[in-house]
Amino acid sequence: MSINATLIGQAIWFAIFIWITMKYVWPPLQKAMADRQAQIAEGLAAAERGKHEQELAAKRSADALRQAKEKSAEIVAQAEKRAQQIVDEAKSNAKVEADKVVAGAKAEIDQEVERAKQQLRERVAELAVAGAEKILRKEVNASAHAAMLTALKQDL
Amino acid sequence: MSAEGGLTTAGYIQHHLTNLAVCSGAAKDAAGHCHGFWTFHLDTLLVSGILGLLVFGLMAKVASKATAGVPGGLQNFVEMVVGLVDQQVKDTFHGKSKLVTPLAITIFVWVFVMNAMDLIPVDFLPLGAAAVGIPYFKSVPTTDPNLTFAMSITVFCIMIWMNLKVKGVGGFLHEVFAAPFGIKLAPVNFIFRVVEDVAKPISLALRLFGNMYAGEMVFILIALLGIWQLPLALPWALFHILIITLQAFVFMMLTIVYMSMASESH
Repeated sequence: MSINATLIGQAIWFAIFIWITMKYVWPPLQKAMADRQAQIAEGLAAAERGKHEQELAAKRSADALRQAKEKSAEIVAQAEKRAQQIVDEAKSNAKVEADKVVAGAKAEIDQEVERAKQQLRERVAELAVAGAEKILRKEVNASAHAAMLTALKQDL
Repeated sequence: MSAEGGLTTAGYIQHHLTNLAVCSGAAKDAAGHCHGFWTFHLDTLLVSGILGLLVFGLMAKVASKATAGVPGGLQNFVEMVVGLVDQQVKDTFHGKSKLVTPLAITIFVWVFVMNAMDLIPVDFLPLGAAAVGIPYFKSVPTTDPNLTFAMSITVFCIMIWMNLKVKGVGGFLHEVFAAPFGIKLAPVNFIFRVVEDVAKPISLALRLFGNMYAGEMVFILIALLGIWQLPLALPWALFHILIITLQAFVFMMLTIVYMSMASESH
C-alpha cells in the first residue's frame, strides 16, 4: 500500500496513452464526425431547398391553371357574345327580309287591287254600257252617247 | 472460498490486497517482501498497460478507418463514447486546447476499463497467477494508489502547464498572490492557492482509489461467504457497474473542470 516507483511507471503509461489518443484516436474521429455533421446539414438544407422549390412549382401550376381557366372563361364569353351577335344579325336580316317581302306583297296586293279596280272599272263601264245599251236600245243610239260615257268612265 | 488452503480469513484478504512487487535484492527483507521507493508493482503496471494498449490500439484502429459515411457498429460505439466526452468538454471547457479532449477521452476510457477488472471474480486472476508460480496478483490497477496518484499528479502538472501557457508566468504568479483578496493579502492568497491546488490531485487520486478499493474489498468479503456468495456477488457486481462508470466519469469531469479553471483568468 505504499507509494513507490510504480508511480513513475504509471505516469509513463498515462503519458503514452494520452499521446496515442491525441495523435491517432481523436483527430481522425473528430474529422469524421465533423464531416458527417456537415454532410447531414447539407442534406437537410438540400431537402429544405427541394421543399421550397416544390412549393414554388405548386404555386406556379396553380397560377397556370387559374390563368387557363380565366382564358377559357373569356373565350366562352366571347363565343357567347359572338353567337348572340350572329343571332341578332340573323334576326335583323330576317326582319329586313321579311319587311321587304311584306312590302313586296303589299305592293303586289296594291297592284292587284289597282288591277282589280281597273277591271272593275272596265266591267262597271261595260255593265253600265250594257245596262245603258239595254235601256238605250229601246230609246237611244249607243254610238250617240259613247262620248258622254267615256267622260264618265274617266271620272271614276 | 478460501482457496489458499489453510490460510485464515485475514490472510486470504491480505493476500488479495498484496501487489506483485519486484525490487532489487538489497531492498528485500528477510521474508522476501520489498520495501523502499524503488519497488515496482508488476501487476498494476502490466494490467493497466495491457488494457491501455488493447483499448487505445483498438480505438486508433477504428479511428484510422473512420469514415464520414454511415458508421459501422464499432465505429459508432467508439464515436458515441468519444462524442460523450467531447460534449462534456465543450460544455465545461471554453478555452482553446488540442490537449483537453484527448486527455479527457484517455482518462475516461482507461479508468473505465481498469475499474471494469473489478467485475472479474476475485479469485480468477490470482489463482491463474498462482498456477504459473506467481505468488501475488492484484488484478484491479485502480486499487493501487500508485496508479491513481500517477494519474492525478500528471493531471496536476498539465494543469500548471496550462496555467502558464494561457496566463504566462507573470499572469500566473499575479493570480497566485493577488486572488481572491487582492495583492495586499498576498501571503494569505498564496496559502489559499497552495491548499486549493494541492487538494486537487490528492482528492482526485484518493476518491478513485477509495471507491475501487472499497468495492474490491466488498467483493473479497462476499467471496468469503461460501455458497452465499452466489446470490450476493451478482447484485454487487451489477451495482458496481454504476460505480465503475461513475468514478471514470467523475475523474474525467473533474479533470476538465480543473483545466477549465486553469485556462480562465480570475
